Amino acid sequence: MQHGKYRFIVGFLAVPLALYALFVVWPFIQSIYYSLTNWSGLSPEFEFIGFDNYTRMFQDEVFWKSLQHSLTFAVVLPLISVGFALFLAFMLNVGGRRRKGAAIAGVRGSAFYKIVYFFPQVLSIAIVALLFQFAYNPNSGAINSVLKAVGLGSIQPQWLGDPNLALICVMAVLVWSTVGFFVVLFSAGMASIPRDFYEAALLDGASRFTTFFRITLPLLWDTVQSGWIYMGILALGAESFAVVQIMTVGPNGGGPDYSTIVLPLYVYQKAFRDGQAAYATTIGVALLLVTLAFAAVVMKLGRRERLEF
Amino acid sequence: MKTTDTPPTGNALIPGPREPRSTGAAKTAARTENGGEGKVLNVFSHGVLIIWAIMVVMPLLWAVMTSFKSDKAIFTSPWSLPDSLRFENWSRAWSQAHMSDYFLNTILVVGGSLVGTLLLGSMAAYVLARFEFPGNRFLYFLFIGGMSFPVILALVPLFYVMQSMALLNTMHGLILVYIAYSLPFTVFFLTAFFRTLPTSVAEAAFIDGASHTRTFFQVMLPMARPGLISVGIFNFLGQWNQYLLPTVLNTEQDQKVLSQGLVQLAVSQGYKGDWSGLFAGLVMAMLPVLAAYIIFQRQVVAGLTAGAVK
Repeated sequence: MQHGKYRFIVGFLAVPLALYALFVVWPFIQSIYYSLTNWSGLSPEFEFIGFDNYTRMFQDEVFWKSLQHSLTFAVVLPLISVGFALFLAFMLNVGGRRRKGAAIAGVRGSAFYKIVYFFPQVLSIAIVALLFQFAYNPNSGAINSVLKAVGLGSIQPQWLGDPNLALICVMAVLVWSTVGFFVVLFSAGMASIPRDFYEAALLDGASRFTTFFRITLPLLWDTVQSGWIYMGILALGAESFAVVQIMTVGPNGGGPDYSTIVLPLYVYQKAFRDGQAAYATTIGVALLLVTLAFAAVVMKLGRRERLEF
Repeated sequence: MKTTDTPPTGNALIPGPREPRSTGAAKTAARTENGGEGKVLNVFSHGVLIIWAIMVVMPLLWAVMTSFKSDKAIFTSPWSLPDSLRFENWSRAWSQAHMSDYFLNTILVVGGSLVGTLLLGSMAAYVLARFEFPGNRFLYFLFIGGMSFPVILALVPLFYVMQSMALLNTMHGLILVYIAYSLPFTVFFLTAFFRTLPTSVAEAAFIDGASHTRTFFQVMLPMARPGLISVGIFNFLGQWNQYLLPTVLNTEQDQKVLSQGLVQLAVSQGYKGDWSGLFAGLVMAMLPVLAAYIIFQRQVVAGLTAGAVK
């Protein structure tokens, strides 16, 4: 297989690599360099100013606010989404009525539930955000009119217009749109756990809760962990940008008094609204560090002995 | 299960009057024994599952209902059924609100970038999976490293890279960017896939005198079809639903793709007060993807979850 091998390798790698280097790798490297300059993005001239942008960032109140919100997203969203999805997946796959001879049984119609739960996953997050923006509308939205209909007409929150509620509303949308994916993911994982384990546990008289915590969860741990990281990266990145930018009020999204601003949106605003490209990349670098730290922490906390089965 | 059933059938050959009755009694006893816990849990789990299913479906149904209503009805009675099916909302959204343009743009961009992603991704993945050369590991990690980096960080310089190359606000520029940002996952997934394929077939083709290129296109790519379908569906949905990249890199009105076009529509229709048209646009954008998902349900789920499991 040696004949013409290197020519072939170069020929096949050249185009993908060039594209990747030019549009992905090079901008990443540049952005780290730009964070050390005073480039506005509007004019080609700029100077090297060392770490001035970073000192400015540490004194920027809006930065701290967006960091706080992004961290909340990264901690709370995986907890709720992954936790709730685990619960639903367990109900789907093990919660069914025990049939004669079978140690565990899925509920009837579990295939149907999985199809329905997955719906939000195939929709664009932009469409989901728009839809919920209307659902949250305090005067004519779907949610407040449901409250009215069930006799809770006195409770008509402003939802996205309320600085205290807006962030929770945004998070609820992200939960709504991601739970189904994890249910399907965990269901696939649960299906690969050998049935004998459940049968053995049943013979020993284990309840279903014991079964879940002693058998299902440990054997599913790798999947749960990668789901956790995946959700955290989503919550720190593009998904939270789209949801916050589209749903919340304010000149460019970000909610009343920056109550929902998140790091990716702040990067966007600084670069493309305020003409402070260099400062925007500084915040972007902070976001990168937060993302990497998040992944590292989850890996570290989640490390367990790998179970072979 | 089978083993417990066998004795009675075996015994049935020997006529024994008490035998059938005793097994029947044992069965009913077993059923009532775990029936208590099972029933409560069963009712509970069904309840939770149904509630969540309703919560997923209701907003979608609400959007469909709203898209057929008059603007007045949308505000006065958000949950009532439309008094008549106003298809004019849909035609207004399709033509006047430029939904047709957004659809066309999206199809062009996603079509181009999907083909490009699969072709370039499989080429790179094949070489990385099957050939030993200095720097192989480095390139592999360079590619897959892109998966965990926040895209927004690169977007600021990328905007100016595109501007200087006259690619900003062009469709081919957007296609190239889509391909570049889809490569990390595609290469990661397909490299793993090519490693699982047997080497003997490629060797046989090579001995028969096929060149490396020909072996790849005529032998390896057809063998990699299941992997290409999975990663193709994954990329199709990701690119079809993409919002961040076009929002930054493609701001020309007549070039807009669906998701950003809808957001733009929400802003402009908000001024005009044409909410029904906007909802028609929303539903219009949702339906094809949902329909495709229901038809290709199994493949879509396999394609989307494949990445996270490995």
